[in-house]
Amino acid sequence: MTTVHERVDTFHDNDQKPVGYGRMLRKEDPRFVRGRGRFVDDVRLPGLLHLAILRSPVAHARILSIDTSAAEASPGVKAVVTGAMLAEQGLAWMPTLSNDVQAVLATDKVRFQGQEVAFVVAEDPYAARDALELIDVEYDVLDPVVDARRALEPDAPVIRDDLEGKTDNHCFDWETGDEAATAAVFARADVVVSQDLVYPRVHPAPMETCGAVADFDAVEGKLRLWSTTQAPHAHRTLYALVAGIPEHKIQVISPDIGGGFGNKVPIYPGYVCAIVASIVTGKPVKWMEDRFENLISTGFARDYIMRGEIAATRDGRILAIRTNVLADHGAFNGTAAPVKYPAGFFGVFTGSYDIEAAYCKMTAVFTNKAPGGVAYACSFRITEAVYLVERIVDCLADELGMDPAELRLKNFIRPEQFPYTTKTGWVYDSGDYEPTMRLAMEMAGYADLRREQQEKRARGELMGIGIAFFTEAVGAGPRKNMDILGLGMADGCELRVHPTGKAVVRLSVQSQGQGHETTFAQIVAEEIGIPPDDIDVLHGDTDNTPFGLGTYGSRSTPVSGAAAALVARKVRDKARIIASGMLEVSVADLEWDKGSFRVKGDPGKSVTIQDIAMRAHGAGDLPEGVEGGLEAQICYNPSNLTYPHGAYICVVDIDPGTAQVKVRRFIAVDDCGTRINPMIIEGQVHGGLADGVGMALMEMIAFDEDGNCLGASLMDYLLPTALEVPDWETGFTVTPSPHHPIGAKGVGESATVGSPPAIVNAVVDALEPFGVRHADMPLTPSRVWDAMRGNARPPI
Amino acid sequence: MQVPAPFEYERATSVDHAISLMERLGSTSRLIAGGHSLLPMMKLRLASFDYLIDINDLHDELGYIEAGPDELRIGALTRHRELLESATLTAAFPIFADAERVIADPIVRNRGTLGGSLCQADPSEDLSAVCTALGASCVIRGPGGAERVVSMEEFHVGPYETAVGDGEILVEVRLPVRPGCGSAYEKVERRAGDWAVVSAGAAVWLDGDVISDARVGLAAVGPNTTGIPEVSAALRGQTPSESLFEQAGAIAARSCDPATDQRGSADYKRHLADELTRRTLRRAVERARS
Amino acid sequence: MQVTMTVNDVEVTREIEGRLLLVHFLRDVLGLTGTHSGCDTSNCGTCVVWLDGEPVKSCTVLAAMAGGHQVRTVEGLAKGAELDPVQQGFMQCHGLQCGFCTPGMMMTARALLNRNPDPTEAEIREAISGQICRCTGYATIVRSVRWAAVHEANAAAAVTETTESPEAGEIDNAGRPAGSVV
Repeated sequence: MTTVHERVDTFHDNDQKPVGYGRMLRKEDPRFVRGRGRFVDDVRLPGLLHLAILRSPVAHARILSIDTSAAEASPGVKAVVTGAMLAEQGLAWMPTLSNDVQAVLATDKVRFQGQEVAFVVAEDPYAARDALELIDVEYDVLDPVVDARRALEPDAPVIRDDLEGKTDNHCFDWETGDEAATAAVFARADVVVSQDLVYPRVHPAPMETCGAVADFDAVEGKLRLWSTTQAPHAHRTLYALVAGIPEHKIQVISPDIGGGFGNKVPIYPGYVCAIVASIVTGKPVKWMEDRFENLISTGFARDYIMRGEIAATRDGRILAIRTNVLADHGAFNGTAAPVKYPAGFFGVFTGSYDIEAAYCKMTAVFTNKAPGGVAYACSFRITEAVYLVERIVDCLADELGMDPAELRLKNFIRPEQFPYTTKTGWVYDSGDYEPTMRLAMEMAGYADLRREQQEKRARGELMGIGIAFFTEAVGAGPRKNMDILGLGMADGCELRVHPTGKAVVRLSVQSQGQGHETTFAQIVAEEIGIPPDDIDVLHGDTDNTPFGLGTYGSRSTPVSGAAAALVARKVRDKARIIASGMLEVSVADLEWDKGSFRVKGDPGKSVTIQDIAMRAHGAGDLPEGVEGGLEAQICYNPSNLTYPHGAYICVVDIDPGTAQVKVRRFIAVDDCGTRINPMIIEGQVHGGLADGVGMALMEMIAFDEDGNCLGASLMDYLLPTALEVPDWETGFTVTPSPHHPIGAKGVGESATVGSPPAIVNAVVDALEPFGVRHADMPLTPSRVWDAMRGNARPPI
Repeated sequence: MQVPAPFEYERATSVDHAISLMERLGSTSRLIAGGHSLLPMMKLRLASFDYLIDINDLHDELGYIEAGPDELRIGALTRHRELLESATLTAAFPIFADAERVIADPIVRNRGTLGGSLCQADPSEDLSAVCTALGASCVIRGPGGAERVVSMEEFHVGPYETAVGDGEILVEVRLPVRPGCGSAYEKVERRAGDWAVVSAGAAVWLDGDVISDARVGLAAVGPNTTGIPEVSAALRGQTPSESLFEQAGAIAARSCDPATDQRGSADYKRHLADELTRRTLRRAVERARS
Repeated sequence: MQVTMTVNDVEVTREIEGRLLLVHFLRDVLGLTGTHSGCDTSNCGTCVVWLDGEPVKSCTVLAAMAGGHQVRTVEGLAKGAELDPVQQGFMQCHGLQCGFCTPGMMMTARALLNRNPDPTEAEIREAISGQICRCTGYATIVRSVRWAAVHEANAAAAVTETTESPEAGEIDNAGRPAGSVV
């Protein structure tokens, strides 16, 4: 392992290498800076119609009647469709990614405010919007279940009476670890600390909302669907299963995507409505959400009510962790996670520590709120797991009177213990935690910060230092135990080298801003020696890319990055055989030197990959048994997840008079294994850190007691601006993954996972003079002030 | 897609033209200046009008900051950014620059106007608190060019409701200029660009080391932006001191009527009314002395 | 009603509804899809364009209000084939990821540099504080604007006179068919 303290030189020139890894400028940027990105809403087709959705104004109600006659007569309107009409075609309900069903348009009841009730198709979007005003729906309003704690009370209204025999709001139970063994360790521990924690409902809110353009060609029988999806292939298969259109007649195109963060993994009713509308009208139809629709109806994140318990010795050895979780899944179980993992990867809640026992028991419930749960760069619920463990470790440090850094250092899994099997059965592939932690402390000037804090406290000033250390589990599968609706979590990659030595790579994963066109060109370049500028990366078109499950859970580099490296090696192996013919030596006499094969001991005799490509396609003989062409395709099935880790330190100042929190510094040291493009990695980390500031300090999708969503606009759902975030200080260590072909681990969600507990820990640390041990997010000034007065309350 | 319901667009070329358009089109017409409060409400279909009368071309007529010996006059179409950048205004009343720095964001401030802010009459609106603290008066012009002048207290009839009647337009805000003035504004917000959790503006006039007059205006602590006469009474004739500011803060806290909402609890807002009153008075006095 | 305005130095006249928002006029009538729409409530700034040289949020300006005025969009930022230093800075310093907020951010950045050629980090953060980016965490955007400022200053020092005048932007870029909302 190497330890490097990264220095960011703002103005250094592009040090692009002829091949391979390094800080290379992004290949996708020239179109974006010219305003020539092509997002779904930019798709223009002849005869395009526009779709608008009527949504429920209430959280829970029976639909008594819907009168669409006035809307149908409205100028420019081509069709008005209700749930009853969809039901006639068997399309009123669709499967969710968690084997539940969700209404495309409500038929019997509405189950959350903002649920889809009817849609209008019109010649222009303004006319479609106007016609929504003319649809008359009569509701019989029912009592809603808003608080998850109330969902399982015997007299709670039953939300899911669409499910045969359903008499309560229970969604599922789940447990992991060893209950008895954990109880035994807790019974003999010197110290036990328990803390209730809420991870409130938040929303990924990518800048581009969700939408689709559906174009069904009745003559060809083919559906073309441009849509905001992070998983175009998985969506294609699901559309085939839902709509009954043969899969080879569906082309899903995911063009430029304006941010995803998990918001664009599920299939939303609007996509299905657009498809239905195109079939009904015979015209292409566009549906594009506005921000209200995005926030009120699409996949939320978190909403876990947790109790964390930690057992330790008096001298600070952590022995066991136990947690009990009440999960609010909303009105339908729309969780986008591997089906065998209903709580996602929450099972990694034991964190980065070598402990004796662990146990989690979870109950999930339905409520009258929008469905979702797994989103917002959460790595399948690792956000919640890391928040839990990093918060209760701080609570323990407080109880023991120990420095939180020291407590963590004392309990880390040691490097020689890897691969390390946790008490909940996860096999951490590699890690070397202490150097990462030490580097973060050194960058922060940890000891000086603590001294400064002491001085400030003596003056009545409030300064806090918060630490979080996380281990992530990313890059799902392996396919044998990870699938989404039966589709194994593996990813394809195809590489073609053209006769002139230029290449095209086709991916099944889908960039939403992560820079795949650059990173994957670099991976292939490193393996095959063709400069990245000579390699085009194609993705986001199911007709033109190999099958795979898409981009979420930080999968791209761990899964498709491996696929890209291996497919390039496969092409290189063939190139070696062709080179042996060209140089008239045996393959064993050749050595590879980034872009050419050389005869060992005779460096003057060599052929470049470009020479080989021309030979592979050209006239003349190839070695016996070698087909022409220079291309390969593979489907990569990861043997394990990869486990990136990181150490984050946050420094906050709190105004004692107004309780406003200012994040003064944030130090992030990430270890994502082998680093491909440091510039892109840094960007991924920065974005996640800002997410953390948002979640810790301001973001929350709140509801009133009637189930009205109080956060359905960017006036009410606050996202951080440039003024709330500091200039990030980043560093890195490198502990390669032993099973990934190039040792890379994935970094897309690390910072979103790791930063919220660092910030909350810093705020709680700042409030120590007030005896505060915990305060829930979002730490708005009002909620911090409550905590300072001994009145810290959960946000729900 | 959030779009307004259909309306006809009219463009006024002068104040009198705007008034005649309003007279002709009646109460289903509405003036639009910056539009950053009005259009979102119309897009959400919380408001709709048959006609919108665009008065942005009146900027030549109503976009000005003029200092006179007794009063400083600001045209109603003066944009936030012009208020922020006016050396004249900042020299006389730094409370304006304090407030303008935290009103919405720089891009909204490029379009939004003083008159639009006051006429929106949102209880959380910052400039209403500023104008209240400064004892401003508002000049309203009506049919036939008749003008009337009302105090801020008279101007604000209720939440989102002002003294500007049908066929009338707010044309100018007048700020009395008296010697020894210091002023300051402070806002607590959950995030830059958010509406105030609470904000406070204070203006003091010193005669030697004695407060000859003082006014405090609060925003977001009641149904309407609140001026607090009791604070003025408590401060007048006193020598500035921490205990005096504390006394003023306590009056502010008990005089306001905040509600618990997503921005904060009523108790917290009441605390802020106290805290921010003290802070702004302290700074206003410092500025008056310097 | 009929509206005439100048967009990226080209005068355009179209028949529109009075309620048509400027962002939709640019995107759907003129086909200039570089300007985006992200929130409808003037909070996110993906729709920022210039009106008479100053950044405005075009989701909250009527197209009719822009009549008789000068509008500039991201498509009119480069001078022909030559990218504006702000565009170069965003590429050099990784000031964009998904690219959705980028046009608005760049329009604001360019306007800032026009008024203040050497802004501090704090001034840049203030200038873009009405715009949301979900990808970058803002630090690289700040660096991008500084890159542009430094490179412009260096270029100005190197060149004693400028002879070029801005070239006309294209309305119908990329050959996309322009839809119509009337």
